[in-house]
Amino acid sequence: MKAGWTIAFAGIARREVLRFARQRERFLAALVRPLVWLFIFAAGFRSVLGLSITAPYETYVLYEVYVVPGLCAMIQLFNGMQSSLSMVYDRETGAMRTLLVSPYPRWFLLGAKLVAGVLVSILQVYAFLGIAWLWGVHPPAIGWLTVLPALLLAGVMLGSLGLLISSTIRQLENFAGVMNFVIFPMFFASSALYPLWRMKESSVLLHDICALNPFTYAVELIRFALYGQVNLTALAVVAGCTAVFFGGTVFMYDPAKGLWRKRPG
Amino acid sequence: MTVSPGARLTGGAPDLAPALVVADVSHSFGAVQALKGVSFSVARGAFTALLGVNGAGKTTLFSLITRLYDSTSGQIAVAGFDARRAPGEALARLGVVFQTRALDTDLTLRQNLHYHAALHGIARKPAEARIAEVLALVDLSERIDHRTGALSGGQQRRAEIARALLHRPELLLLDEATAGLDVRARAEVLALVRRLIRHENVSALFATHVMDEIEPADDVVLLHRGEVLARGRADSIAGAGDLTSAFLSLTGQAA
Repeated sequence: MKAGWTIAFAGIARREVLRFARQRERFLAALVRPLVWLFIFAAGFRSVLGLSITAPYETYVLYEVYVVPGLCAMIQLFNGMQSSLSMVYDRETGAMRTLLVSPYPRWFLLGAKLVAGVLVSILQVYAFLGIAWLWGVHPPAIGWLTVLPALLLAGVMLGSLGLLISSTIRQLENFAGVMNFVIFPMFFASSALYPLWRMKESSVLLHDICALNPFTYAVELIRFALYGQVNLTALAVVAGCTAVFFGGTVFMYDPAKGLWRKRPG
Repeated sequence: MTVSPGARLTGGAPDLAPALVVADVSHSFGAVQALKGVSFSVARGAFTALLGVNGAGKTTLFSLITRLYDSTSGQIAVAGFDARRAPGEALARLGVVFQTRALDTDLTLRQNLHYHAALHGIARKPAEARIAEVLALVDLSERIDHRTGALSGGQQRRAEIARALLHRPELLLLDEATAGLDVRARAEVLALVRRLIRHENVSALFATHVMDEIEPADDVVLLHRGEVLARGRADSIAGAGDLTSAFLSLTGQAA
C-alpha cells in the first residue's frame, strides 16, 4: 500500500475517533442501550427462558450469557446506522464534499470511513464486554482476542448496509423510517435474543425469516468467536453480504451512476 | 499521487495547459437541463469570475469540476488532466471552497487542517509545517487551536481558503465564497484571493452573483440558465456602460 493511502486512512480514522471523543453522550448512549437489555431484560427472562446446551456453549448457560453476543452485534448495528445517519447529514450540509474531493478513489474513501467507524464501534463493544464480565458473563480469555476479527467483519457488514441505506435516503427526515423498518426488524427477527431452534418451536415461518436475516449470522459469528470458535456458515454469509452491501454502496456513490445523477446542487 | 503522463489531454510541458478547460459540457437532472454546451477556460494565474444569478448552473458546474458526479456530455480538464479519465490527478490540483461552509465545527482549526492534509496524503510532520504557512497567509495563525465553530463567518471562510491551499493546488474553486459575510469580511476574502493569485502561483474560478466583486481587468464567464452568454474581460463585456447594465441586457432583463 502506498504511503499516501495509509496517511489518508489514518487521517479519516483519527477524525472519527476525535469526533467520537467529543461526543461523550454518544458513547454513553451506545453503552446504555445494551446494558439496559442485559441488566433488565435478561434478568427478567432468565427465570422464564431455559436454554439447553447448544453450540458453542458446552453447558447450560444463563440467559444473560446467551444474550451478550447479540448485544455486541446490536452495538454494531446501531453504530452502522449512526454512520449512515451522519452520511446523510454530511451530504445535506455539504461536509461530505470535503471527503469526496480527495484525490483518492471513492471506494477507498468510503471504505476508510466505514472501517474507521467500525473501529470506534469495537471500542464500545469491548467496554460493554468489560461491564458484562463484572455482571458475571465470563467468556474464555482467548475469546477476547478471537472475537476481534469477527467484530471487524460484522461491523463492516452492518456499516456497509448503513452506507447503502444512506445512499437511498434523500432527506434526513426520512431517516426515522430506517429505525422502524431496518434496525428493529433486523434485531428482533434474529438469533440475538432467542436461539433459532426455540423460534422454530413457536413459528416455522418466523424461524425461516430469522434464518434469512444477515444479522443472525453476524450474531452467530460473534457468538462463536467469543468462545474461540469459527462458525463457517456465519463467516461465509457475513463475508458475502459485506461484498454485496459494499459493492452496492460504491455503485450508488459512483460519480457516473447512482444517486448523484438525480440530485441537483 | 503519481502523475501518469498519458492522462494529460494536452501534450508538452505540464505548465502550459490552462488551469481549467470546460469543453461543451452539458448536464441534466432527469428532464431538467442544468447546463447546455458550456465552454470556457481559466488561464494560469488568472482570476476568473463565474457570474450568474441563483439557479444559473454555477453549483452544478462546480460539482462536475470536483467530480461529485459526471457530466452528461462534454469534457473537463484541470491543469491538463481529464476529470473523468484521471480524476485523482485532476482533484490533486484543485482547491475547493464550497458554497455551504464545510468545516468540522467540533474540531479545532489544526485538527480540521490535518484531516484535509491526510485526505491529500500529506504526512503529519510536513502537514504541520504547511499548516503554519497557510494560516499565516490567511492571518489565522493565532486561532490554530480554536474550535472552528467558535470562529466568525469571515474567519471560517479564510480557514476554508487555507484548507483549500494546503496541498498546493493549481486552481482554486470558490463557490459564492463571500455569501453571508458582512462588507468588511467580504472585502478581506476577495483581497486574500487576489493576493494568493499574485504570490502563490494559483488561478481562481470565483463563482458569484455580486457585480461589485468583479474588477475591470478580471476575466468573466457569464452563465445564465445553464448557458454561457458572454466571456472575456469584464471591461470589454461592459463596453461603454457598466457590468450590471451589460448583464441585464444580455439576460434580457433590461428595462
